[in-house]
This record gives sequence, C-alpha cells and structure tokens, in this order.
Amino acid sequence: MTPLLLYIVFGAFAAAVIAPLLVRWFGDRASAVLAIVPASVVGIVFFMLGPPPDGLLQATIPWIPSLGIDLSFWVDGLSIIFVLLIAGIGTVVLVYAGAYLHDHRDLGRFLTWIMVFMGAMLGLVTSGNLLTLFLFWELTSISSYFLIGFLHDDAASRKSALQALLITGAGGLSLLAGFILLGSAVGSYELSAILTSGDAFRSSEWYLPGLLLILIGAFTKSAQVPFHFWLPNAMAAPTPVSAYLHSATMVKAGVFMLARLHPVLNGTSEFHVLVGTAGAATMILGAVSAFGQRDLKRLLAYTTVSALGTLVLLLGIGTETAVQAAMVFLLAHALYKGALFLTVGIVDHETGTRDVESLGGLWRMMPMTALAATLAALSMAGLPPMLGFIGKELLYEAKLAAPWAPWTITALGVTANILTVAVAALMTLRTFGGASSSVRTAHDPSWQMWGGVALLASLGFAAGMAADLVATHIVGPATTAIRGERVETSLGLWHGVNPVLLLSLATLASGAALYALHRPIRRMTAGWRPWKAERAYDAALAGMLASARKQTLWLQSGQISTYLALTLLATLLLVGLPILAFWPQLSMVVAMDLALLPTVIAGMMAIAAFLAVRAKTSLGSIIALGVVGYGIAVLFLLYSAPDLAMTQFAVETLSVVLLMLVVAKLPEFRQMGSRSTRLWQAGLAGAGGALMTLLVLFVTAEPARMTLATFYGEASYALANGRNIVNVILVDFRGLDTLGEITVLGIAALGAVALLRLVVDKEDGR
Amino acid sequence: MHLLLAILVGILYACGLYLMMRRSMLKLVIGLGLLGHAANLLIFTAGRVVPGAVPLIPEGMTTPSGPIADPVPQALILTAIVIGFGVQAFAILLVRRLAERTRTDDVRELTTTEQLETQTGTGKGAS
Repeated sequence: MTPLLLYIVFGAFAAAVIAPLLVRWFGDRASAVLAIVPASVVGIVFFMLGPPPDGLLQATIPWIPSLGIDLSFWVDGLSIIFVLLIAGIGTVVLVYAGAYLHDHRDLGRFLTWIMVFMGAMLGLVTSGNLLTLFLFWELTSISSYFLIGFLHDDAASRKSALQALLITGAGGLSLLAGFILLGSAVGSYELSAILTSGDAFRSSEWYLPGLLLILIGAFTKSAQVPFHFWLPNAMAAPTPVSAYLHSATMVKAGVFMLARLHPVLNGTSEFHVLVGTAGAATMILGAVSAFGQRDLKRLLAYTTVSALGTLVLLLGIGTETAVQAAMVFLLAHALYKGALFLTVGIVDHETGTRDVESLGGLWRMMPMTALAATLAALSMAGLPPMLGFIGKELLYEAKLAAPWAPWTITALGVTANILTVAVAALMTLRTFGGASSSVRTAHDPSWQMWGGVALLASLGFAAGMAADLVATHIVGPATTAIRGERVETSLGLWHGVNPVLLLSLATLASGAALYALHRPIRRMTAGWRPWKAERAYDAALAGMLASARKQTLWLQSGQISTYLALTLLATLLLVGLPILAFWPQLSMVVAMDLALLPTVIAGMMAIAAFLAVRAKTSLGSIIALGVVGYGIAVLFLLYSAPDLAMTQFAVETLSVVLLMLVVAKLPEFRQMGSRSTRLWQAGLAGAGGALMTLLVLFVTAEPARMTLATFYGEASYALANGRNIVNVILVDFRGLDTLGEITVLGIAALGAVALLRLVVDKEDGR
Repeated sequence: MHLLLAILVGILYACGLYLMMRRSMLKLVIGLGLLGHAANLLIFTAGRVVPGAVPLIPEGMTTPSGPIADPVPQALILTAIVIGFGVQAFAILLVRRLAERTRTDDVRELTTTEQLETQTGTGKGAS
C-alpha cells in the first residue's frame, strides 16, 4: 500500500516539475495530460484502496529519525473524502484551465503551481504527523500566493495575493505553536498517538492556549470572521484557481483541521462556544454580504464564506448528526460551488463581464452551460433530488438538535439559507434567464470548459439519487473518523413530513420571495458591508511598513560614522555591562613590571597614535601611522616574535608608500564635523578603547594555558621536520588557513587591479 | 608589562575608532590601519608576552631548549598582518579612485550611485 500512498501525495509534485515541459510539447493540451495524475488518484481511491479495513490505512517512512520526525501517512474516511474532492475537482479544473488560459504565455507556470498545490493539499489530508501536516499546510498557502498573484502585472492582484499569504501565513504560525503545545502535552506528534489522547490533552493546562492557537490557524485558512476578508479579495486569481483553491479545497483545510483534531479538541464548552460562534457569525455575515454583490465572482466568494461558516458551526456543534451533516454539506458544496465558479469563468470568458446587472438571457447563446449551471444552482438552493437538498435537511436536523442554543442557531441557519437560495436564483435566473442583455456574441465554449460544469453538477444530482451509496462509502467512514467511533450512516431523500421538511419548504418560499424582490433590496444594500475587518488589516500593515521605514532610516542612515557608532554602542552595552559585573576580580591585575625599552616604545606609539588623530596635514597623519606600525614591529621583536617583526616592517613600509601615492590625489585635511559631533564621537571611541583595555586585562589576569604551545613545541620537528614553530604552524598544521589567506590576498589584488584598470579605460573613453 | 600594553591597545583602538568616524576618506583608511595594529597587539598581549623565548628549535635538538613564547597567537597575527595589508591596499586604491571620480574626500557626499553618475556625467554607455 505504501507505494500507492506515496504516489497519491508525490505524483502531483513530480508532475509539477515537468509541467512546463509538457506545455512546450503539447501546448494547451498539457493541462489535460496533467489531469491524468489526479484522475488516476481518484481511480486508486475508488478501485484499489477500497474501504480500508478498520477504516484506516497507515504507513511510516523514517525521515529525520534524530528529531523523531517520520513521513507517516494516516488515511481514514476523513482523508478519503478530501482526497476525492481534491483529486476529482482537480481533474475537472485542470482540463478546464487548458481551455480557459488558452495560449497564455505563462500556462506552464500556472500548471506547475496548480500541481504543487494539489500535491500539498493531498499531503495535508493524508499526513499522519502534525509536523509534516504543517509543512503541507504552509505549502498550500505559498502556492495559493503564487496562484492568486498569477496575473502579476496587476497591482490589485499582487495586493490580494500578499493579503492572503499574510493572513494564512500568520495563521500557520499560530497553528504551529498550537501543534507544539498539543504535541508536548501528548508527548508525540504522530496522529496515531494524538487521536487517542483526547482526554489527556483536554485536562492538561495547555488545552485552552493550544485550542486558541489551532483555531486561529483553522479560522484564517477557512476565512472565518474576522479573517474572512481575504477570500473575496482572492478572487483576483484566474477563475480555475478560485474554483479549485478558494471554494472547493484550500479554504476547507481549516475545516479539515477542525475535523481531524475533533477527537482531541471537541467536548469542552470552550470548543463549542468558540467554534460555534465563529461559524455562526461567518455563516450569516457571508450570506448577507453575498446578496449585495454585483461581481458574480465576489458574490460566489461570499456564499463560500457563508458555507465555510456553516461547516465550522456544524463541527462546533459536534454531535453525530452535525458531523454527518458537515460531511454531506462539504461534498455537496464542493460539487455545486466548483461548478458555479467554473460557470462564472465561462461567462467572463465569453462575454467579457462578470457584472450581474449587465448580464441576462445567456441561455439562448450558451444552452449547455446554462443547463449545467442550473443543475448546480438547484443543489445550492437545496432542492430535491440534489445532494444539496440532503445536506440542507441534515443541517437543519443537526441545528434543531444542537445541545446549545438550538433556536438561535436554527434561526441564523434558516436566514443564511434563505439568502443562499436567493443568491442561487440570482446567479442563474439573472445571468441565463430573462431578457437578453447587451451581450450578443457569446456562445458555448469548448467542451473542456462546459463539460466540467456539467460533470460536477451531474455528480451532485447522482449523489442525491444514490444517497445510500454515498452514505456507506464516503460519509459514513468520514463521520467515523471524525467522531473516533463507529458511526452507521444512512441518507435518503424522503423522511416524511417533519419539522425539517417544513423548514426547508419555508426556506425555499422565502428565498423565492427574496429573489422576486431582489432589485429594490439589492439597490438598498449595495456596497453595504456590516463588518470592515479589512480596515484593521490595512491599518496594521501600513503601521508595520511605516515603523519599518522609520527604523530603517534610523539604523541604515547610509553614514559610515553612524553605523560605526551604533555597532560600538551595542558592543559597549552587550560586552561592557557584563564586564562591570566582574569588576572586583580586576584587583588581581598583573604587577607593574616595567622594562625600560618597551615602555619607551609604547609611549612613542601612544603619542604617534594621538598625532595621527590630531595631525593637520595628511602627510603627518600617514607618518604617525607608520610610527605606530614600526613601533609594533619593535615590540614583536622584543617579545620573542621575530617573524612577526619582519613581516610587520615589510608590510608597514609598503602601506606607507601606498598611502603616500594616494595623498597627492586627495584634498588636504579640513575640519568637516561640528565640535559637538567630534566630542561625542571621541567619547564613544574612548569608551570603546577602554573596553578593549579591560578585555586584555581580564584575559591576562587568568593563568596562561600553554597546552597548545607545548604540543606544537614537541610536534613541530617530530611531525613536520621544521625548527621554526610559527612557520610550521602556518604552512603545515594550519596549512589550509594559509591557503585561505593567500586567496584573500589574491582577491584583494584582483580588486585593486580592476580599480586601476577601470580608471585607465574611462580615461581612454573621454 | 601587560598593564602597559593593555592601555596601549585601548589607546590604539580609541584613536582608530575615532578616525574611522571622520568624514575624510583618508582619515578613515588611517583609522582602519590603527585598528588593525590594535587588534594584532590585543591578540599578542592576550597570548602573554615573554622576552627571550623565541619559538625555535635549536640545531641538533628535536624540542625547544626551554620555555617558549606561545606560537599560536604569533601564527594568527602573521595571517592577520598579511590580510590586513590586503584590505588596506584595496581600501587605499578605492579611496584614490573615488577621489579622482568624485573630486571629494567627504564620505557624506557618497550617498547614492545615481549621484555619482550625474557628478561624473560621462554620458557614455557601458564600455
């Protein structure tokens, strides 16, 4: 089974690598070739994996054994339902995208990112380890960034991409922190251990912080209030992306996370209140906002927000019926919303507009699209015999039986559904039905485009007709996985006349009425958005950028003196302050054992250093520097380092000669800084010097360690046949260091030559 | 002797740092030189200074005849002197070249490459 699992996850990644090549070979048809990958995944899940024994498939491949991270897979009913959605809708979207982005110069890049996303998503839902799960989670955010920003020469597109990345990326960090709390509390990052340790985690002190962090991660990804605003903005992406990432799969990753960790997180009042409230608020807010939109894509995006809220609310309710309803609704929503997004893409592609006010009567020009879209809209409106109907029935049943505020939840749910019905009607009747609009030239696109819509919509129909099969093979195992206990599921279209059916009828009637009145109501609510969370985002982003700019201007002044002063100040604080703590030990400083000659030399050097600073002419300053250099050479000579002395004499002579050569080209010294600047810089430099003096004193107050000296003394002749120990160290024991040194000199020489040559060339050019 | 040398190290550092904060490019280079000397002397002093203990093995023997000065800091400093010279030589040429092109020795005036272009204004494409 392991190779099949590996193929499911990594097949898409491999395809991503060769996608640009395929585009070169096959042109637009490359997308259809790539579609073989997800199609084969669907095939594997259907025919080869079958219903797994015990509802579970596991495989572990050691990855980073030293850190205890394995590449482990955990495929249960919940994974299967997501794999089917990701691979199934992925197949449709890929075929569609080839025609939609017909002859686009960046089709290869697009397909690569779509495949990367698909692989990341498949990895996410089959991961058996929280850390690998997190990696895949982040990869979906990153690929989403590139796909939203696909039309990168459009500023709005870039802004939306960044917004989605920042929001979901911040959520990802929070999720990671939550995972670490969860993993530490349980003692393992493996799902196999975590899913059975629910009680241990719920009773640990890390439960509440862990829950909050994980919820922030899930809520940002699944666009829950108050993080919902990035999703409608993400509609800047090409429509296949919107259909795939931002309605069917990626935005459901948060829902997946809640479902995956349901056995661990569920069961406390904190969970019910937090998740339920966020879900309910998102559900109603999304539905209300959707109704006033003119752009078909944003309209659908807000209904997606609403649907995501519904899913989160259902998981927050957390009862068996609610979880089952969530799974049915998840499936139904992905099918109809994917189809409707693809429809909007077709309309946009054929007519050049997505404005619902200027569209109408398209069914005459594109009958196939109209038919398929209407079928999908029926599922969205929750009409029998579509899967959407079953989903809505279950949804009402779960809400009515909610253990917590059932009437409020039901009322909100009915309101949201009424709006959804009206939006579904708006979406189809206004666009395809009615009088024809200004658009005259549209026609059905190629089958690759309308075929996908038709396939998804008919699947919604077929699933409704064969509800029992869906229940046994897909919804049942998924519910079992989420509940952590065996759940028998049966679904059907007809349950007799009961409160739920009455609610459904009332919803449909009110939705129809709302549609009938939609023109005046929409006019009233146009542009009205009840919650402007995006403003907080904008303000936070602007504030961050402004403070970064200020900080950069302050730190990165472009003045070398400022850089030096800041570095010095930091060193003084970081090294100087701790040194002061050791102050008392300084009493053991070496006694004054002054020898005459070294003292005279040192005194000369100190005077020369001051002269170098105070010199009025550049020549004087250079000579003073030379005196310091020769002085140091004499010190080397006096203290048993003849090699150093020789080198120092030679180098100092060369340096002075070089400096003399430059002086002729430079203006004479003049005072440029103000008196106060000179004063504080002198103070700072003096403090820096004092710090170095202290450092030397501290080091020399320690007893000397001569281990290395003894070793080299003994080994120098025995191992390297050399009598000059310093020499032997340089060319033998530390020969590689010397090689590095030679390289540095070589590079400096090349640079110097380049500088000199540059002068000559320019002068020739004049 | 260490106290005296430690104070000398401090003085060299202070003078070097102060010069490096000047606006004149030549002073900057001289400061860099002083800083190099200071660093070498710091390593030398930290490795203890002893007169009359050159780390050599006399003819006919396989180990030094008596206690020797620590050869490790000496090896380090030898490398540092040479690399310091390389840096210094490059810096000196850079200053010379900049002064030729910009007709200034004030580092404050070297703020942007664009300014350099307009100041020199050769108006000639890449050569």
